[in-house]
Amino acid sequence: MTTKMFGLPVQRTEDQRLITGKGGYLDDLGAGAYAAAFVRSPHAHARVRDIDVMAALEVDGLVAVYTHDDLTGPMAEPLPLLIPHPSILDGRTAHALAKEYVHHVGEPVAMVVARDRYIAEDVVERIAVDYEILDPVVGIEQALLAERVVHAGMGDNVAAHLVQEVGDARAAIAAAPNRLDVELDIERSACTPMEGRGVYARWDGPDQMLRLYSSTQTASGVRAAVAAKLELQLGQVEVVVPDVGGGFGVKIMHPWPEEVMVPWAARALGHEVKWTEDRREHFVAAAHERAQHQRVTVGFDDDGRLLGLDVDISHDNGAYLPYGVIVPIITSTQLLGPYKPGAYRVEFRSLYTTTAIVTPYRGAGRPQGVFAMERTMDAIAQHLGMDRAEVRAVNFIQPDEMPYDQGLLFQDGRPLIYDSGDYPTSLAMIKDLVGWDDFTAYREEARAQGRTVGLGLACYVEGTGPGPYEGGHVQVETNGKVRVATGLTSQGQGHQTVLAQIVADELGVPMSDIEVTTGDTRRMAYSVGTYASRGAIMSGSAVALAARRLREKALRIAADALEADSGDLEIVDGRIRVKGSPASGIELGTVAVLSNPLRYAFDEASKAATQFTGAADFAKPPVAEDDEPGLEGTDFYSPLRCTFASGMHAVIVETDPETADIKILRYCVVHDCGKLINPLIVEGQVHGGVAQGVAGALYERMAYDPGGQLLNASFMDFLMPYASEVPTIEIDHLETPSPLNPLGIKGAGEAGVIPGAAVLAAAIEDAEGFAIQRMPISPSELFHLRRRFASGEIAPLPGRAAPAPTNEQES
Amino acid sequence: MSEELHEIRLRVNGAVHTATVPARRLLSDCLRHDLGLTGTHVGCEHGVCGACTVRIDGRPMRSCLMFAVTAQAHEITTVEGLAAADGTLHPVQRAFRECHGLQCGFCTPGFLNVAAAYLDDNPDPTEEQAREAIGGNLCRCTGYQNIVRAVLRAAELRRADGMPVPEQAAPEDARTPGDR
Amino acid sequence: MKPPPFSYHAPASLPHALSLLAETGSDGKVLAGGQSLIPLLNMRLAAPAHLVDINGITELDRVDTDATGVRVGALARHSRVEADPAAAAAVPLLGQGLRLVAHPVIRNRGTTVGSLAHADPSAEMTAALALLGGSVVAASTDGERTIDVADFFVGPMESSLRTGELLVSAHFPRPPAGSGTAFAELARRHGDYAMCGVAALVTLDQDLRVCAARAAYLSVAPVPLVLDLTEPLAGRPPGTADFAAAGRMTRGRLEPEEDIHATAEYRAHLAEVLTARALREAAQAAIRTSLDPAESAREGAPT
Repeated sequence: MTTKMFGLPVQRTEDQRLITGKGGYLDDLGAGAYAAAFVRSPHAHARVRDIDVMAALEVDGLVAVYTHDDLTGPMAEPLPLLIPHPSILDGRTAHALAKEYVHHVGEPVAMVVARDRYIAEDVVERIAVDYEILDPVVGIEQALLAERVVHAGMGDNVAAHLVQEVGDARAAIAAAPNRLDVELDIERSACTPMEGRGVYARWDGPDQMLRLYSSTQTASGVRAAVAAKLELQLGQVEVVVPDVGGGFGVKIMHPWPEEVMVPWAARALGHEVKWTEDRREHFVAAAHERAQHQRVTVGFDDDGRLLGLDVDISHDNGAYLPYGVIVPIITSTQLLGPYKPGAYRVEFRSLYTTTAIVTPYRGAGRPQGVFAMERTMDAIAQHLGMDRAEVRAVNFIQPDEMPYDQGLLFQDGRPLIYDSGDYPTSLAMIKDLVGWDDFTAYREEARAQGRTVGLGLACYVEGTGPGPYEGGHVQVETNGKVRVATGLTSQGQGHQTVLAQIVADELGVPMSDIEVTTGDTRRMAYSVGTYASRGAIMSGSAVALAARRLREKALRIAADALEADSGDLEIVDGRIRVKGSPASGIELGTVAVLSNPLRYAFDEASKAATQFTGAADFAKPPVAEDDEPGLEGTDFYSPLRCTFASGMHAVIVETDPETADIKILRYCVVHDCGKLINPLIVEGQVHGGVAQGVAGALYERMAYDPGGQLLNASFMDFLMPYASEVPTIEIDHLETPSPLNPLGIKGAGEAGVIPGAAVLAAAIEDAEGFAIQRMPISPSELFHLRRRFASGEIAPLPGRAAPAPTNEQES
Repeated sequence: MSEELHEIRLRVNGAVHTATVPARRLLSDCLRHDLGLTGTHVGCEHGVCGACTVRIDGRPMRSCLMFAVTAQAHEITTVEGLAAADGTLHPVQRAFRECHGLQCGFCTPGFLNVAAAYLDDNPDPTEEQAREAIGGNLCRCTGYQNIVRAVLRAAELRRADGMPVPEQAAPEDARTPGDR
Repeated sequence: MKPPPFSYHAPASLPHALSLLAETGSDGKVLAGGQSLIPLLNMRLAAPAHLVDINGITELDRVDTDATGVRVGALARHSRVEADPAAAAAVPLLGQGLRLVAHPVIRNRGTTVGSLAHADPSAEMTAALALLGGSVVAASTDGERTIDVADFFVGPMESSLRTGELLVSAHFPRPPAGSGTAFAELARRHGDYAMCGVAALVTLDQDLRVCAARAAYLSVAPVPLVLDLTEPLAGRPPGTADFAAAGRMTRGRLEPEEDIHATAEYRAHLAEVLTARALREAAQAAIRTSLDPAESAREGAPT
């Protein structure tokens, strides 16, 4: 037997080109293209009175300047609202170039095309835009107040409003023996991939064909959107996704204004055009996420069991709503985690503000939901004087209750039914890994040394792999090489490797003979995209199914050639042979030759498939009625619903009693994504996710001033962690297979980030002895919380000491 | 109005290249767009992320914070020049692949250059030193854990390859300043 | 984020550089390491008409140590100063501060004198020069002048350097015998500008009792402020000295400002805490060097 590749820590096939500088990222392409740059609004909210380009026209190297006035037809209309939902009250989207109003700093107002980017920026500086400045609306509080309104014609700033309820939560809470109110805030952060967005377009005039390269998470989505905007048929547009320098969600949003303007300009000019986003543009003109204000009311019994849960969420969606309400829907549903909430009511308002748009960022609303639920769990434990792990345990859905229906509609429009999971085992593992039961002793030991330490725990359940579908195409070339294609895109997850692992096992060929293409509409036109931890599940399942089809055909052809029963055949190292008599066999490449009946030979091998060579069966046509030429298989995987991964994180922090500096001493993860295809890659995904979780909890925020200016639009001030800020991560795996897909797998891409804010808030709270209700938290903020705690303004946690009187007068 | 151009000669990866550029042409852009060496990536253009790090006379520096005209006096090594002429990968390249020290790969060339230069001076780092060595470069994918592991692994591979150890018999602080 | 156009000059000698600076006047800007200037250009926050690139003037690439201290030339990179054993032995504070300046890759290109010319009150080297009471030498076609550090930094990003002048060197005086120095700072990320930083100098007498203590501050005042903190410590051996009391002496004497990373109040608090820590560490270093003068070399040596 060929070694089974599934489950092995296989080194990535992508890496050879990436470590030698031979990767091809967006800006590595199109050496002869004109460069685009954009005049962007410096104001959060304004009316464009006039755009004066006269001073720019003298710049040598300028090719063109475009404003909204130059656009016609669909290009002049607003960009699409990608995911319509009945809860959307007034769905506003941007224009490709601002039409009269701008609603956030960074919104594109004019497009400049020039010989190179330096010149394009020179031109941008010389274009004078006359703005009538309007009132900004910044932050959830202002948006709710609605004293100022973001969009003309609206009476308030509520873009969408949704209530979901299972049982009568308010009645259950009113009747419960215990009741708590928890009020929480999470601030904005952003995906911030190392490579920004980028678009490169080639218009072929004679062929009337557009080739578009985009640093995107959806080739097929961009293709459809651009075709619609440019009034082209789908068949006239090819979208190719090159190497992508990270996505984390921001590149699933499409079409960006730049993504339609660049191909439009390329066609208008009859010349290649490229736009490579710079870092400042990425901060102000791409997308952010996370900001929510949450009010939780919970009723529970004396054992800590939830009886009713009522959650009210105010969600900041920024200036427009192109991605609909996916993020607050996910928060509303995934908030429940591994627990049975009793009766549940959740209500959200999605709010316009004059800031950058909000679209999914790794975790996509889950970090906020987990923050709400896990902060509530800790509050219950403190209220009852119970162990925090125990409160969680009494509320767990048990393995024998799977599949478990939470009674809600999930983000894919399908029921929120958990397929599998073993939360009690997961809890036992994380307690063991972090040393939960020994922590009290450790805390005492630390205290004796004048050190302050705290322990936190957070649990999550993550719906992964939503439909509607992905496709796989597998083809054996006549030289035996296997070409695999799937439509979704890759931005670091190692799809080329894991899909090859899957196909290698299904076909019995070595991985070195397999070549995988992702995100190229020329190879697989039908696709959705890379989001919601769905790549391995969707495309992995699709290529497995496609490979199985191909295998069946290969065995059928080989059975004829070998005069054997196909049931007696096996494929080992790319050769089909009769089980038990390995000498009798045929190469897959030869089968590929035979699969395509030929009139004309083109080389030695192909002679075998021509008309006068074989022993033909004159009763049948050369290609049977239900067959087609070629050794290839195509199939699509469309799941019934999501599969639910889960995990638990536990953290030990130390807080400096004097400086309020926060240091992570240990970060432990128990992770369950079903069967592991490649543990090396899964752990890498967890590491990266945890790093972003830590970042969002302790370092990163989008600091908008009241005027809507982003104060930290650079890596100097947006504090993406370096290696010095990310702790060593200890991981233990649990594998509860999914019954929903052919491979038993669940998504792993986002998991690591999800409980970050919750677990670090819990640990800091445990160290400090007062509640932490707002994340991220900086040393400066912790210092001020301590001041308020010391003055009695903030109460100690139940069961924890009031602040010790300071022996030193504070200034 | 048109801009004054400079004829420059750059020594990159052992070969001499010529280009005609304005003085403001950043070395990063010159390498990528004038010389076609697109392995050097640009992540922030304000010197923080380190994706554009190349080695200048062996020392890692930010190519986005240097003008191509200024770089003429130096020997420049980019990621394309890390492997041996016969294609044999440098130990840091092998180690990054082996340890899954990269995901999207965009920051990787900068990390490889920093790690290669660091190990030339410090062939046997501790884990803490390895972490500090790569502490000035940003990666959004890996959480750095496997990059740290890769630096340590590269040190092992380097020793196994018998790569030259610098005149390291003397403690580092005894070196004369001019020997860099 | 591409720099605006400028005229480029690459003089090979100091006189040529000075004449170029005289010619270009306020339109001219010196390019040394460029690690602060080029980001500003790339963001188009600065647009000088002329750049005078001094990287070819090798005579400025020097670090000279003598009995008075360390003289750093305009083209000496931070990494070179940091690795210079004689400089480290004479002025350990150089190494203590330099290793907090950004990251090694930046220090490979950035120059110590360039960082002084930038006059950033958040920079370690400005504080180090201020603490030691050093000086700088400015040259122009009119000749050279030495400027005492107290007269050099006049405001945030503002020095008393005149149009047409080039900062050719800085002198970091050797601290008095029996002295120890230390740097304590807290940055949001390792290598970032500190929310507050303190450079401390403690001098002990023959009996190993504190006879002088002062500290210089970064990020809490518009210029690198120096405070004399001798009073609560004078005559005490470091083991029983009340460093916290010295920390409290900072109250009301700093002018911290709020930004997105830290409130003014927090910075003031940090100044107090870090003052005590830096002084304690400096005092311990002073004991070590008093007992074994060779220790001084190790204090400032690169890690």
